[in-house]
This record gives sequence, C-alpha cells and structure tokens, in this order.
Amino acid sequence: MGTTHMLLEVKGLRGGYGPIQVLHGLDFLVEEGSVTALLGANGAGKTTTLRALCGMIRTEGDILFQGQRITGMATEEIARLGVAHVPDGRGTFMELTVEENFKLGAYTRRDGEVQADFARMWAWFPRLKQRWKQQAGTLSGGEQQMLAIARALLMRPKLLLLDEPSFGLAPLIVQEIFGIMRRIREESGVGILLVEQNANLALELADRAYLLETGSIVTSGPAAEIRQDEAIRRAYLGY
Amino acid sequence: MEGFAHQLVAGIATGGIYASVALALVMIYQATHHVNFAQGEMATLSTFIALTMIQAGLPYWVAFFATLVVSFIIGALVERILMRPVQNAPVLTHVGVFIGMLLIISNATGWVFGHTTKAFPTPFQSDGLLFGGLVSAHELGSTAVTLAVLLLVYLFFAHTSLGLAMRAAAYNPRSARLVGIRVGWMLALGWGLAAAIGSVAGMMVAPAVFLDPNMMLGILLYAFAGALLGGIDNPTGAVVGGFAVGVLENLAGAYVVGTELKLTVALIIIIGVLVVRPSGLFGRVVFSRV
Amino acid sequence: MKPLLIAAGLALALVPIWALESFHLFQLTLAVIMALAVLGLNIVTGYNGQISLGHGAFFAVGAYATAIPMSLLDWSFWATLPVSAVVCGVVGWGVGFPALRLGGLYLALTTFALAVAVPQILKHKAVEAWTGGVQGLFLLKPEAPAWLALTPDQYMYLVALLVAGLCYLLTANLLRGRIGRAMMAVRDNPTAAEAMGMDLASLKTRTFAVSAIITGMAGSLSAAVVEFVAPDSFTFILSISLFVGMVVGGVGSILGSVFGGLFVLFVPNLAEAISRSAPGVIYGAILILFLFVLPDGVAGLVRRFTTKKRIIPGRETS
Repeated sequence: MGTTHMLLEVKGLRGGYGPIQVLHGLDFLVEEGSVTALLGANGAGKTTTLRALCGMIRTEGDILFQGQRITGMATEEIARLGVAHVPDGRGTFMELTVEENFKLGAYTRRDGEVQADFARMWAWFPRLKQRWKQQAGTLSGGEQQMLAIARALLMRPKLLLLDEPSFGLAPLIVQEIFGIMRRIREESGVGILLVEQNANLALELADRAYLLETGSIVTSGPAAEIRQDEAIRRAYLGY
Repeated sequence: MEGFAHQLVAGIATGGIYASVALALVMIYQATHHVNFAQGEMATLSTFIALTMIQAGLPYWVAFFATLVVSFIIGALVERILMRPVQNAPVLTHVGVFIGMLLIISNATGWVFGHTTKAFPTPFQSDGLLFGGLVSAHELGSTAVTLAVLLLVYLFFAHTSLGLAMRAAAYNPRSARLVGIRVGWMLALGWGLAAAIGSVAGMMVAPAVFLDPNMMLGILLYAFAGALLGGIDNPTGAVVGGFAVGVLENLAGAYVVGTELKLTVALIIIIGVLVVRPSGLFGRVVFSRV
Repeated sequence: MKPLLIAAGLALALVPIWALESFHLFQLTLAVIMALAVLGLNIVTGYNGQISLGHGAFFAVGAYATAIPMSLLDWSFWATLPVSAVVCGVVGWGVGFPALRLGGLYLALTTFALAVAVPQILKHKAVEAWTGGVQGLFLLKPEAPAWLALTPDQYMYLVALLVAGLCYLLTANLLRGRIGRAMMAVRDNPTAAEAMGMDLASLKTRTFAVSAIITGMAGSLSAAVVEFVAPDSFTFILSISLFVGMVVGGVGSILGSVFGGLFVLFVPNLAEAISRSAPGVIYGAILILFLFVLPDGVAGLVRRFTTKKRIIPGRETS
C-alpha cells in the first residue's frame, strides 16, 4: 500500500473577515470515516473555520485534503474535489423545489448512480419524498436541515462539513438528525467534521474533539475522554 | 385610424419584441441585481452584424443563427471583461459602467456602420395584410419567432441541468458554489443568453422601424416598463408585462395620446408601477433588513 | 491661505472678459454654466446618493422658464430667474416625491425614462403655443447696463460667473453644515439615519428640489447665452453628459463639479474633430476608465496631492 493521507490535515490555519483576524493558527485532523467534533462557545470561530476550509474567506496556512493543498482554491473547486459543506442557515435553495435541490446536489456527478442515490435518500428521509414538488422554503426547519444534508450526501463527498445541524430545532428532530449522522458514519464511510454548540450530543457521536476558544484550539483528544473530563467540560463547554 | 382589432394584434406583435428584451433584462437582473442599460444597444449592434452578413450574401436564416452565436459570445465577453471587475462596487459604479457601455456601443455602431437609416429584410413577405386586414406577414412571423424563443428559454431553464444550475447561481450564489457550480461561468452564460435573445428582438423589429444606431432606445424603455410591470425578478412576469405594454402602448397611441407621446406612456407606466406596486404584478415583495 | 487663493481665483476668472475674443468667451461661459449644472446633479447624487440620470430635464425646465417670459412676454433676464427657481423647485420636489419609493437602480431607471421622454413632451401640440414646438424659441442676450462698458458676450460671462459663484457659495455653506452631513448620512446608511430620527422623506425631497433649482439656474443661463431653446437641445444625451461630468470631475465634490463642467464642454468639441461618433465613444470609454481607475474623479486626484495623509482609516469628508 502506498502512503495513506489523512482525509483532512490542517496546519497553522489563519483567516478572518477583512481586517479582522478570527483564526490564529489552528492545527487539526480529520481521519477517513471518522466523526470529528469542533466545539466551543459562540464567537469562538467554529463557523469561520468551516468557511476557511471551503475557501469562502481569506485564509493562510496549510489545508491538505487527501494530501492535496487546497488553501486559496475557489469554493466550487473544493466542492468538486469532494468536500460537502452544509453551512450555517442550511443553505437550501429556498425558491427551488425539493426535487431541484436534490438535482443540484448531484449536479457535478458524472456516474450513473444518481437515481439509486435518490432512492437511498428517499428511504433515509421519507418526508422529503412526500414534499418532492414543494418549494424548499415551505419546509419546516427540521425538514430543511434534512434536505441540506441529503443534498450534501448526493454530492458523494469524501468529507462532510456540518455547521450546527441542531440549531433552532426541537429536541426530537435533533435526535433524528444525529441518528442520520450515525447512519452516515456506518453506511457510507464519509468523514465528518461537525461544528456544534450542543457539546453533549456532539461528543456522544464523535471519535475525536477539538475545543476552540477565540480562534485558537485550547485542547483536543478522543471524544470519550473529553466527555468524562469534568474540568474541561466546566471550563469550556459550560456543563 | 386602423381597426381596433389590428391595433390589438399589432400590439401583440410589438409586445413580443418587448417581452423578449424584458426577458433578457430580467435574466441579468436575477443573476446580478443590476439592470443592463445597454441591452438595447447590444441588440442594435447584433442587428447591424446580421445586416452585414446578409449583405455579404449569406441566406437570411444562416445569418440569423450566426448572429445569435456571435451575440452570445459578445455578451459573455462583456460580462467577463467589464462586469467582473466591478461586481462588488456600489450601485453608482454599476450604473456608470452600463451608461458607458451604452455610449460606446451605440456610437461605435454608428462609426462602423454609418448613421444613415438602413432597411432590414424580413423573411416573412406578403403583399398586403392577411386574415382580412388583421395582421401583416411580418407581424405574424415575428410574433411566432419571439414566442418560439421565449418557449425555448423557458424549457431551457425549467428542464435542463444547466438551466437549473444557472437559476441556482442567481438565487443563491453561495450555496451554488458549495455544490460545485462555477458561478462566474453561469453569469457569463446568462449574459450571453440575454444578448442572444436581444439580438432576436433586434432582427425582428428592424424591418418595421428601420435600422439605425438608436433603434432600440425606445424599445429598451418599453421593455423596462414591461419587466417592471411583471416583476423585475420574475421571468414569466416580464414576458407577460412585455406583451401588456405592447398592447397598452399601441392602444394608447392610437386612441388616447397620439403617437408623438408614446414614450411618455412608458414613463408613466414605469413611475406608476414603482410608486403603486414596486414588485410588479408577479414579483416578490422584498423588505430590507435594518 | 485659503481666502488668498479664492481671491486669486476670482481675479483669474475675470481675466477672460478682456483676454478672450467673442467665441472663446462664449465657450468659457458655457463651461461655467455646465459646471453649475453638474453641481446640481452632484448635490442629489454625489452628496445624497439618489442616482439621477434625468437632470437634463431640470436644465430644460430652467431654460424654458427663462426663454418663454423673455421671448413671448418681453421680460428682462433677471426677472425670469426667480420664476425659474420656483418652477424648478416645484418640479424637483415633484420628482423627488415618487423617487422616495425608489432605490438606486430603480431611480436611475425612472430618471432615465424621464430624460428620454422630455423632448417628446416639449414637442407636444398641447404646449406648442408656449414652447414653440420643434422650432423652439429665439431670444436676445441681455445688454449690459450702461455704466458697465461690456459687450453682451462679456456681460453674460460675468453674469454666469456671478450666478454660478453665488450658487457654489450657497451650496458649499449648505453642504458643510448640519444639513450637508444629514444628506451624506442618508446616502451612506439610510436605515441608521432613519433610526436616529431623521425625516428621510423630507430631506430627500428637499435635496431633489435644491438640486433641480441649481441645475435649472444653469439652464436659464444657457437659454440667455445661446439665445435659443428647442426640444432637441435637451435629449437624454444631456443628462448622460452631466452624469459623466460628475463622475469624471469627482462625485460628491464641489471642486469636482467645476472639472466636470469643463470636461462636459470641451471634450466633445475636441473629440468631434476626429469623427462624428468619436465623442460618444470617448465619453463612454473615459467614464468606464474613471470608474475602474479613478472613482473619485479628478477632484479625488487633486485631493490626494494636496491633503496630508491621514493615519486613521476611513472615509474622508469633503
């Protein structure tokens, strides 16, 4: 076997908005087929990190995706390499139908298995199939989140970036969504980088966790350990 | 004064022209939130190019389709070269660039092709009016052509993958990028398509009004009025609005204000829509956040 | 230092009265008039952020407001100026009112439509008796009073200078004061301005009115200087020229309006020597060039060379 690369390797990531620097040199990894959690309080820079990975803001440092340097690449090119980002606010195409949102997820695919993947998504998200011809903007918050995830999965990505999937959703729906993420990990082998404010749920799911505070990583380790470490939880996660 | 029925039909024919240009305007507006003031001049330029080809001996329909292609390319190039650098600039800059384009294109067209009015051939010939004085062959033919174009555009956007990608890029460029759509190219494509549609409008209207560098200015305003009436962010609305303005203009010109004030009708429609219902008949009402 | 410069400038401005022969003096007079017209546009677009592509309409209104009394009713030139001011103020306010509902692009669009419609309206049969229709109206340049030994051309240059100078002074005062700051606040952040309690509607319509009066004054002067008004003198090209002049001279700059006026007058003349189409192409090319490279216009360039560099980042007040 040749050298295996980390799915995602980040070294010295810096970035921000205009003159404001938000990230001050982050180092972290995401292994293939694993779930990595990025935790921290509001304003710590979690969303900014995901945006930096996708080239949505100005960045410096080394971002290596499957060994290839993607710092400075255009967002759409990074997406085409296999990085699917479900952004804050879900990013659904509100004016378009559920069907059209699905089709857009599969837009760049040239293989013949798109229909099969549609069927799989219908099985995972039966409510989306029910609302197939409806405008995405008319879906409930939870349904829109599912739609956003479905669309991302339809890209057949190798890395899935999720920005606060539980945001603004009722606990029952959140459970559903985290159940989906478990399925993703088990059935598709896609690596997940999960940004979450709900640290408890995230730590239950994740293999590894990084804690972000004002643009720097203050601690990291296996999720189980962090979950059991009361001092860390009290200091950074508020519980 | 010609019969009411003929005025109505003639209004529909010109309405088809306005609907085409209105559609072109709305396409660019949807993708960029800017109104292309130079849309008319680009169409005039295309029409001159068509004339040159025809005078060089090319059969009408060959020249027609060749002009579509050339116009498409010109539109895409304009987007890449002129619009791209100022995409994040304030509104005033955009308006200025469009005005600059209007000046350059309309005057360059005059420079290269001369300022004298020229006759432009129509492929729809007839001796006198058809259907008992209701419509001329050209009016019928041009309406058919513009309707065909509008239908093709609709099918493109509603039922092709590329059309879907373009719509996505217009509605939500950020999310479009996240699924791998090259938004920049979609913009260029949109401009190219709009230019091609405009060129059809030019070639259809030129036989009736004769070709000179300022041919499309009035038509541009009517198309604006139509697009606004229908809803500046709604393609279907723009088409309906274009037809409505065509009919209104003709009837108002024939029965109310006389032909000298027809452009004023456009102005009144524009002001009326913007004051009474800015989002048009079918557009979305947009609120600005504090 | 500044009063000295102004005095020197004034003295310099008076020299052409004796130094230039008739035709060149006439051209310079027109340049002064254009500078005034561009100033009007700058007030509403540069300082208040309402994009107008139809200021030629106000120019026309002012021109006819002077031409009609002088030509048909035998009034003196000075008597027509208050009329012009009132009429333009009302029209300006009238345009400003629906303009309230419209933002940048839509306003540009509507004023553009206005600019295109103006010649048509002026030619219409209903008002032909007053406007003289397509043929227009002829008038005579006012004569200088006996104690001023000047030819009519020299007198008009002086008059133009006086009126323009006065308008510039009043405008400068207005813009540097509280109202000027309010106008700019509305331009830069309308929602914040409103949240702070400014009556946006009132401010914006009054700005339009003032702007119309200033450009209308220029129109009045031009009617007397050119001794002729006709609908086809006021096509949309005029409105566009004023816009280009404003951008090239410097948006939101009083000094810029002066450069703008000079530009509007002299460039077409130079360009026309090349070919009939050249002025349009050159205008358009220069406009785009300035927008890309020198968005603050000539005035911005001058400012860069004359003001000391500031350390604080942010916008300069002007």
